[in-house]
Order: sequence, then structure tokens, then C-alpha cells
Amino acid sequence: MSTDTRGFEARQKGGNLLEIRDLRIDGFSNDTWHKIVKGVDLVVNRGEVVGLIGESGAGKSSLGLAAMGYAKPGCKITGGQVLFDGEDLVGCSEKRLRELRGNRIAYVAQSAAAAFNPAKRLITQTVEAAVCKGLKTRDEAEADAIELYRKLQLPNPEQIGYRYPHQVSGGQLQRIMTAMAMICKPDLIIFDEPTTALDVTTQVEVLASVRILVEHYHTAALYITHDLAVVAQMADRIKVLRHGNTVEEAPTSEMIADPKEDYTKSLWAVRNLYKDPSERDSVLLRVQNLSASYGQHKVLDDINVDLPRGRTICVVGESGSGKSTLARSIAGLLPPTHGSVLYEGKALPGDLQQRGRALLKKIQLVHQIPDTALNPRHTVGEILSRAVQVFKNLRGAALVAETVQLLERIELGETFYDRLPSELSGGQKQRICIARALAADPELIICDEVTSALDQVVQEGILKLLTDLQRQLGVTYMFITHDINTVQAIADEVIVMKSGRIIDQGLKTDVLAPPYHPYTELLLSSVPKMETGWLTGILEARSAAPSAVVSS
Amino acid sequence: MSTTINPVTQRKPFKPGRSRRTRIWKAFARAPLTAWFGVVVVACYAVVALFAPMIAPYGEAQVFPEAFAPWSSEFMLGTDQLGRDVLTRLIYGARNTLGIAVITTALSFFFGVSLGLVAALFKGWVDQVLSRSIDIVLSIPGLIFSLMLLAIFGSNIWSLILIIAVLDSTNFYRLARTSGLSVASMEFIEAARLRGERPSWIVFREILPNILPPLVAEAGLRFCFVFLTISALSFLGVGIQPPTADWGSMVRENATLITYGDITPLLPAAAIGLLTVAVNFVVDWFLHNISGFKDEH
Repeated sequence: MSTDTRGFEARQKGGNLLEIRDLRIDGFSNDTWHKIVKGVDLVVNRGEVVGLIGESGAGKSSLGLAAMGYAKPGCKITGGQVLFDGEDLVGCSEKRLRELRGNRIAYVAQSAAAAFNPAKRLITQTVEAAVCKGLKTRDEAEADAIELYRKLQLPNPEQIGYRYPHQVSGGQLQRIMTAMAMICKPDLIIFDEPTTALDVTTQVEVLASVRILVEHYHTAALYITHDLAVVAQMADRIKVLRHGNTVEEAPTSEMIADPKEDYTKSLWAVRNLYKDPSERDSVLLRVQNLSASYGQHKVLDDINVDLPRGRTICVVGESGSGKSTLARSIAGLLPPTHGSVLYEGKALPGDLQQRGRALLKKIQLVHQIPDTALNPRHTVGEILSRAVQVFKNLRGAALVAETVQLLERIELGETFYDRLPSELSGGQKQRICIARALAADPELIICDEVTSALDQVVQEGILKLLTDLQRQLGVTYMFITHDINTVQAIADEVIVMKSGRIIDQGLKTDVLAPPYHPYTELLLSSVPKMETGWLTGILEARSAAPSAVVSS
Repeated sequence: MSTTINPVTQRKPFKPGRSRRTRIWKAFARAPLTAWFGVVVVACYAVVALFAPMIAPYGEAQVFPEAFAPWSSEFMLGTDQLGRDVLTRLIYGARNTLGIAVITTALSFFFGVSLGLVAALFKGWVDQVLSRSIDIVLSIPGLIFSLMLLAIFGSNIWSLILIIAVLDSTNFYRLARTSGLSVASMEFIEAARLRGERPSWIVFREILPNILPPLVAEAGLRFCFVFLTISALSFLGVGIQPPTADWGSMVRENATLITYGDITPLLPAAAIGLLTVAVNFVVDWFLHNISGFKDEH
């Protein structure tokens, strides 16, 4: 275990750790092989963090896995070399790969919740790799794990390992997975979008602790993400990928200051969408003194909101602040315990079942995760035409024509009619969800974090689509998000929520401008900025003024 | 929608291409050899069962003077202990055994899955009442319970079918409820409720297609178990009543011949075995198609 390559000196000396040459990966779908990665070169030096960035389908994850000599089921490496410390991992024996993986190369997956075994304690899973490979005894490994928990700034590092995965938050789980990857002190860690699923305030904590750890052990890392501002905080060098090809590669500061290629510039531009807020004309829906709870647990406490007609109202707040619950109460999925919802001055029945079709038609909900919101066994045509059939009472050719028109409205064509959801990208699936809501000709569409599972280029497309639709149809949006950039892009008015209460609301220009509510300021300051020193700066500022940090 | 021009009207109307039928044809075109084998065997059995009176050389209960006759041109597979033609009995047995097994499995699938999905969708007291009733049925040993019920309702074919179907549906119920629960919490179910869909639509159009793979696998297995149950009941004298031919009792009736090195009594057993293998080949192929776990090459 104490070979020379793993010493600090060797790591600090630099030199190639991972060298990928002309790598080609093919994937199988729709009965044919497609090229996913088309000859990419990549070098990671010892102790260096390289950021891989690109939209979904750019081949970043496939490349990340290939760095471990692994190809996903349905994919194969068809050419090129993956040299790890001089050893070619392509065509390497499974036995040798098993020795390397987890030990000298580790992997941190995107969804920590899905990557942990729910039936085992966290510390058991953290030390598993080290113990199985015979690198450490269980006691040593556990002591190391606790040390890592401490370095990752987890609360109560001695005890937290003895909990089960469902007993800690998403951000903590992601940090524990990083500890799991670090337990063997690997030379290289591959981070595959480790913070994409987290909200902004949690993301900052995870980013900070990951960076501290990587710097402390001089571990080299491959950091895969679609968020430029995040990668700017983490990486020494950035490589931009698109359609399986390299677009450009440069040191971080150079890349941020002066991107060469148009495509890279377009990635930069997404963050600059802005909508001028307009004052309200009339109120479409009024929420009065609304409280709601799941069993004994009170989630919403005395909420008063007006949704202005034809405008977009954004609800922001961290996870668990009750944003989605508010949406569910308005939609009738969770009857309130107190208070009422007035639609155009008339009280809405709290329970969905007491609302007639005419009422259901007016309020539509678009869910956060399109994968679970579309029935995987129905084709796009079946999904959309059913909604049209229910709300517009059309049959036969008229039904098909109306459905195709819907597809065109969301900028997808009739070629999508016969596809299954599994044959669509994330952004296309979300468009189908939006189309299903539009099928009802609704007056209010509640969008529950509809863009947070998508990468930035796709996000931009969806946001533009929503804005265009509002201009054409005059529909009202209640838009739930934790992303301040999205708010800037789409909102007229903003509500800030925390722990089931509204703590600030008003026109976007008023809420998101000084003087801030302290919590709004925390949210705003947690949004990564496109500067290399932003994370360092924000952490210093917060440790200087600890009162600004609101603990979860 | 009236604010924009309808671009579709200027073009020839779009026709959806991928109907269910074309999808099924595509699947057939790509079927592996084992699936073809299964389909062909099942089809042969079905033809034999449907046209039994035309195919069989003699009548189902026609008795000839010579018992235990050897294989000959007159009796292709010999005669049984009462002098009935074995080939004829095998052909009629296909009709009876297969018919009963298919109807029983279909009924128990329908009972079990409908109730299971209703429990999964409504949860609360509906689920409690249904699940506890099923628990009560499950707490009584199956064979004893069916014996008791057969004694009460009399041993005719329809009560046999209904009793086995009801007792077997507990398995489908539990499976449908468990897998249905996880699907019922998905957001597309919520979307359907927000659309004001009726429970029957949600159960049969939204949930059922998603939980079909485990249910079909279970049905393939249950189909074979029904043979065994019927044979066991026939052995105890309350199953299919003579002179109706069924494969299970044919094995038992001629079992003595095995001692003399004659394989005739094993033929009905082989018929059951071949059908079991064929049915499961078809089920496997179906699962492979529906689950989307295509081969990696």
C-alpha cells in the first residue's frame, strides 16, 4: 500500500497519472450502434483536477467511466488507450481492474441516494472497499473514515457513520460517498455530477468539503458536470466536450476569461437570460391562511399568496422548505388542514376528487422529474392524445391532428408521436410533460422544479419555450425552483420560503435587490459565480460572519 | 389555441405508425429460436385441444376388449388398464387439462391482479380489508382447503376451476399489490388523477402495463402448478371425474406398466413437461421484450 506512487512527494512532483489517447466508445440503442465518444485525448496529471463539461449526451459520463476501464452495459470501448500510471486499462484483465478500482481509482456517482445500500450502515459501506481489498483492518478503516467525515465537515463525525442512508440528508450522503471514495487514498477520483441533484445552499457545502479533501491529499480528480460555475471552483483545467468530440481545453482562468470556441461561449451565455418583470393586472388565484401537514408533521404554516394572472411567480427556497407542498395543495393533491384557495374569487375544493373536469382543466401541474412523470409503457402519442381526449373530447383524426399540433407547439415534430419516453432525452421528456399540461388549455401551470434535472443548454431551451408560450397564450405560471438564475430568467414576482413559511415576497426587482432579507441573501450568495476564486471568497466571508450561515 | 395558424391542416394528415399490432409483429420477427419453438409447441397443443374429436381415432370413453394392449397399427400407443386407446385419451386429455389450466390461470390472474391493484391504488381501509382477507385464505393449507370446498360444493369441473382459481389468486394478489404500490406512487399516476381519470383507467391503462413482467412470469409458473394441483386432486378422487381423460390421472392409472419397462404411462407426463417448457420459453421471450433488457451485443 505504501508504494512510491502513492506518496505525497510523487503526487506533488506531477507527471501523467491518467492519459487517454484517441478513445472511442460505441453505444447500442434503437437497434444500431452509435458513436458516443469519437476519439478524445485527455491527460490528468498527479494531484490535478480536470473539469469535463458539456451538455447531456456529450459523452462525459462515458469518458469518466472509461477512465476506470469500464463501459456501461450496452456500450463498448472500440478503440484507443486508457493509460493509468502507464498501464493500459483497455483490454486489461478483470482481476487487475478490480485491484485498481476502489483502491487507486475511485468513483463518486451523481445520485448518492441511489448508490447506497439502504439496509447497511453508512460506515460499513464507507470502509467496505478498504477492508475487502485487505488494505486495512476494519478498526483502522473505521478510524480513517471518521477522520474523513471530520475533514468533510459532516456534523457529529463520530456518530454519523452508524446511521442508515435514509437518516441523513442528500448533501450529507453525497459527502459520505466522497469519503467512501477516499478511504483507500486513491490516486484518482472521478466525480460524476456530484452536486447536480442538490440545492444551492447544500451544493456550496459539498463543493467546499470536497475541495478541501482533494487539496489535502493531493488527489487527482476528473470532475464531470454541466455547470460551468461549479467546475470553475473545482478544476485546474477545463475540457469542453460536445457530441463525443473535444471542443476546447484550457486552464480554468483562461477558459473563463477568454473562451475561444462559439459553443463554449454559448454555454457561458445561458446564465444571462433575463426577463423584465411586469406589474400585476389582476389576481387569478389567492391562497389564504393556508396550512398543510403530512400526518403530524406540519409542512405549511399560514401561507398567504396571490398569483397574478398572466405572470410568472417563482417560489424559491431550499429543499424541505415546503415549496412543492404548496404546489400540491393548490393542485388538490394534498387537502389543506386550514385556510383556503380562491380561484377567481371562488373557493376551490381542497380535495381533487371534488373538483370537476372544468376545474381540473384550469390548473395543470408539471412535475420535476420527467422520467417518472411519463408512463414508460405509453408512446408520446398515447400520452398526449389521452390528455387531449379527456379535456377536449376529440376522437379519431381530429384527436391525432390536435396532438400533432401540440407536439409542434413544443418544438418537437410528428416524428415523436410513436416514440416511447425511453427513446427521448431529458429535455424532450420535459417538453412532453409541458405539452401534456398545455393539452388542457390551462389558465395556471404549476411547474415544480421542471428545469433542475436538466443541463444548462436544455434548461435555456425550456425556459425560452415557457416564456414564448406565456406570451402566446397568456398562461400564468407558478414556478418552483431553487436556482436563482432560473428566477432571473423567468420570474415577474418572487416568493422566498423557509421551513413552511413565506419570509419574503414581491416583485422580482424588489426581492432580489438590497435591502435583502438575510435568508434571501444567503440563497443569492450561494449561487456559484463564474469566477475561479468565488468559492474561496464566499467561504472566507461566511466564516468571518458566522451568523449569515443558516444551518439546516 | 385559436390564436395561431394550424400548420397541420395544410399538410396531409399524420397517421400514427406504431400501433400495438406493428409492435407485436416486429417482436415476432426478432424472436429467438427458443421462442419460436415455444410458440409452435403451444400452437400444436391448442390445435389438438380444439379439434380433439376430429383428430382422435376413437371415442374418449370407448372401451376395447384388450386391456394393456401393446403398441400396434390398431392402437398406436396401446390401450390402458380398461382397454381404452391411449392416443385418444392423450388427445382428449389435452383438451380437458389444457382447457381447465388455461381457464383457471386466467381467472385467478384476473381476480388476483384486479383486487391487488385496487388495494395498491386506494390504500387505507380498502387495502386492509382485502389484504387481511387474503391472509386468512393463505393461513389455511391449500390442498386441505380445496378438498373441503370441493366436498361442500361438489366435485364438478366448474367448481374445480373456480376453487383453484380463487385459491391461486392469492399469489397474484400479493404480487400485483406489492409491485402496484411502487408504481402507484409514481408521478404519472398523479398526473392521471389530476386529469380526473377513473380508477379503472388508472389501474388497467397506467399501472398494469408497468407491472406486467413479474405478473406474466408468475402466470407462466402458476399455469404449470395448476396441472399438479388438478393431478393431486384427481389422485384423491375429487378432481376430474372418470371417464373424462386428464393427463395427471392417466399417469397414475397406468403406473403399474412402468414395472414392465413400458414407457406408455410416461407419455402424459412428457406431454405436461413439454408444454411447461414451451410455455416458459414463450414467457421468457415476452419478458425479454417487455422489460427492455436487450442483449448487449
